[in-house]
Parts: sequence; structure tokens; C-alpha cells
Amino acid sequence: MRKDLLSDKTVGLKPSGIRRFFDIVAEMSDAISLGVGEPDFDTPWHIRDEGIYSLEKGRTFYTSNSGLKELKMEVAAYMKRSQNIDYHYNHEIFITVGGSEAIDLMMRAMLNPGDEVLIPQPSYVSYEPCAILADAVPVIIELKNENRFRLTAEELEAAITPASKILVLPFPNNPTGAIMEKEDLEAIAEVVIRHDLYVLSDEIYGELTYSGKKHVSIASLPGMKERTVVVNGFSKAYAMTGWRLGYACGPEEIISQMIKIHQYCIMCAPTTSQYAAVEALRNGDEDVRMMRESYDQRRRFVLHMLEQMGIPCFEPEGAFYVFPCISEFGMTSDEFATKLLQEEKVAIVPGTAFGDCGEGYLRISYAYSIDNLKKALTRLERFVTKLRAKNS
Amino acid sequence: MNTLKERILTIIEKNSRINTSELAIMLGTEEEEITCALAEMEADGIICGYHTMVNWDKTGIEKVTALIEVRVTPQRGQGFDNIAERIFKYPEVDTVYLMSGGYDLMVILEGKSLKEVAGFVSNKLSTLDTVIGTTTHFILKKYKDHGTIMTKKDVDIREIVTP
Repeated sequence: MRKDLLSDKTVGLKPSGIRRFFDIVAEMSDAISLGVGEPDFDTPWHIRDEGIYSLEKGRTFYTSNSGLKELKMEVAAYMKRSQNIDYHYNHEIFITVGGSEAIDLMMRAMLNPGDEVLIPQPSYVSYEPCAILADAVPVIIELKNENRFRLTAEELEAAITPASKILVLPFPNNPTGAIMEKEDLEAIAEVVIRHDLYVLSDEIYGELTYSGKKHVSIASLPGMKERTVVVNGFSKAYAMTGWRLGYACGPEEIISQMIKIHQYCIMCAPTTSQYAAVEALRNGDEDVRMMRESYDQRRRFVLHMLEQMGIPCFEPEGAFYVFPCISEFGMTSDEFATKLLQEEKVAIVPGTAFGDCGEGYLRISYAYSIDNLKKALTRLERFVTKLRAKNS
Repeated sequence: MNTLKERILTIIEKNSRINTSELAIMLGTEEEEITCALAEMEADGIICGYHTMVNWDKTGIEKVTALIEVRVTPQRGQGFDNIAERIFKYPEVDTVYLMSGGYDLMVILEGKSLKEVAGFVSNKLSTLDTVIGTTTHFILKKYKDHGTIMTKKDVDIREIVTP
């Protein structure tokens, strides 16, 4: 085998923390999991039905590179009614294979070697590797519990250098459940504009916010549409993870370059999924409302149980995760999660899977039935009671 | 109807065994409010009972369910109400609906055997003065009942850990 068989850049990427944990969990057949980053609902039947119908009708060909016209128009209508932003369906919107593809493409379309990408963490696992693969330098901003894991203008300002180019804004956040409200975003937008930055706003959990706080897109603020690429998709809001469908909205100049890469690497997003997604955007509001209500009930339930256990946790207002602090037990997140898995057979992802600053935290997903949550959290309670007895 | 009541109903319609303190936590309110709302809805006849979904097929106990279409002559001043009442008073009758379309009343009946159901139809139902005719259908298999799928258990097929 030749010595230079593999790409140094790829080999140098850190293996995913989730993957490592998955390999341990996979050994245990009877573990209960609170580790899943996707809805527990099936895709609503009327949406699946449209997918099936499209197959029956023989819609089995490529669509245009940028996606079905009907779907792009529905996305434009959705951005208008949810955020009051006008995007031209043909020049400023295109359909991707999940939000993940859009993240990768925006970075590759915009970054030159040495450019810096500002990435708040804890956050989803793909921003850092995508930045590295695009030859850029990831600069991590550590979000703080005392700020409820929101990004502040001061934190952003402190991380900016002359090489800074893109700010990733991952809210509502996986794994913390944090959201950014309008005032928070206004402060960020001011810094972004002053330093001539661009924003990758990952709004995949945008439909899942609670306590009556509606998600606000930074692109809806004055002067921000022209420097933001909004990444969104169907996975979380419509429980369509396996359909692999997302989209990007942004300035034509950037979108057209993203489409160029997409057309060479992907051709087009899956046709069946695109037909199903048209139905989701046209007639799916009630499903989203129902699922949101159900997540909210479970969110309160989990927070209440954690409170009873005396495990500190800020109140997350988005996505479907809570991010409790377990530093009192004197173990790393990894040790805690591994021990919990071995002793009580409950799989919870350590906070460090989402960045080093997730140390001392766990990500609990509440995309599970109340019964399942109760069972798993009762085991967690037994585990921490034992630990406290031992430590005291 | 206020939204709290609606939310309570949505939850207990699927799981009536959930207790009031859990309901209070899930809905972000006080337990007293839940107890109060439940009592009100019981008094108003909005909540008519707390039942258990049983899949009798799995118990080995023989049960026969029949759906009977009944055509009747409505009575002056009473419409269908009187005759419906005469039918629903029989304890073996499970459900009675007034229907639009080809027949008037739909009666769902549970009996121990085919013979028992047949006996009810021929001796009790058909002999009522106002009943013109009946058509009896036997239910062969319940796939879904009251929004619950009876034929298979929900299994979580998601990967156990995902980002």
C-alpha cells in the first residue's frame, strides 16, 4: 500500500464523539436510550402518501439541480409567512440533501485557505470538520451556562480577527436547547455588519421553540438578509430525517456557487422526498403544532424530574434536548455516561461530543414517549443517588 | 372550551391512567387546576368515562363483535330518539349511532358467540315495532380501534445514538 494513500486533511479530522459512544452502546442490546437526535414521530401519513403517490405516478427522474420549482416556491412562501423575508424562489433558494449538505456547501463556496470560521460550541458536530475540509480555520467560541448558552456580542467580538469570515449561528441549538431571541440577535447583527462577516444560520430546529417564543431568523433583521445563508430542512419539524431533505436561502451570489458544487457532487436532492416535502409545507402546519405541543410536555416533564434529582439544568426553550450539568460528581462527561450505561443501561450522550466545552454536561434527548423518559430518568436518579452516597 | 381542558383531553384520550401531578408537570400548571378541570369536564359530561383498550383476540376469550345496520320508521314528534333509546338500553349493545345514508341506526354489539348475536337480532331487535329491517355484519379482525393500532406493537427502530 502506498504511503500517501489517504488525504492528510481527512485523516487528521477528529473522529466523531457520538460515533465512539455509539460503538459502546451498540454492544448492549437492552439499553434504554435518551441519545437520539431525531423525532420519535413517524412522518405524518399524508406526507408519506404524497411520496408514495409520486412513485406510483412515475416521478422517478432527476429534478432540476436546484430542486423542484413547486418546492422552491413553497419554501419561499414559508420564509415569507414565518419570518417575513422575501426570497426569490429561483435565484435565492435551492434544495439540498439535508441541512448538512447546505452547511458543507456554504463553507466550500465561500472559504479560502486561512479564512476563519467562528463556531459557537457546544453545537452540532459538522461545522468544524466542514470548515477544515474547506481549508479554513475553525475558531471556537465557548458558550456559557450563565448566558443560557446564548452567544453574546462580547464573546463574538473577542473571537474576531482580520481573517474572520463566517459566523455559524446554530440556534435553536443542538445539544443545549438554547435559543436566541430578537434582542440577542440584534446585538450579534451589529457586530457582524461592523466586521463585514457572513452568517451561516442553521435553523433546522426553528419550528421547535417553546414558552410562546417564536423563532426569529437573523436574516429577518435589517441589513442581514444580504449577509446570511439560512439553512433549514424537513427532518426535525416534519419528522422526515430519513428523507434527507433540506434547503438553503441566501444571496444569489453565494447560492449560485453552492448550486455549482451541488450539481457536480449531488445532481439533485431525492425526487420522492421533494414531492413529499411540497405536501409538508402546504398542509403540515397542524402536524408541526401537534408535535411541538407534545415535545413541550416532555420538556417540562424532564426538567421537573431533573429538578427533583437536584441536577442543575437551565431551562432550554428550543429543539428537543436538555443539557444538565453533572460536574458535581467529579467525573468527566465521558466517564459519567459510560458508567451510567454500564450500571443502569441508559444511553445518554456526553456533552463533549459537541465540543470540549461540553465537559461537565450531558445531552438528554426528550424525543421519546413519557413512559420511556420516566423509565430512563428513574434509572438516572438511582445512579446519582448511589454516586452521592459514595461521594459523601 | 379553554385550551387547558383541550390539552388535558388530548393527553388522557390516549392515556387515561396518567396521574394529575404528571399532567400538571407536562402542561406547566398546578395540580389543583388539573383536578378542577377534570371535575368540571366530568360534571359537564365531556369526560364520559375512563376505559381500557382491550384486544380480546389475544386473551383466548371468545368474543364476537357485530355491526348491525338497522332501518326504522321514525315516530312523529320523537324522530329516532325513542327507538334508539329502546335499543341502547340493552346491556349487550355497545354503540348506537344515527346515520345518514342507506340505513338509520348503526348498532355495535358484543356477544360471546355467533349464536348469541343472532339470537339478539332475531328475538329482540327485529321484533321491535318500528324496525323495518336489519343487516348484520360480523367483524373479522380489528386493525385499529379508537386511534390505536391493534395488530402490531410500536417498536423504536431509530439508531440508538445519533448526533
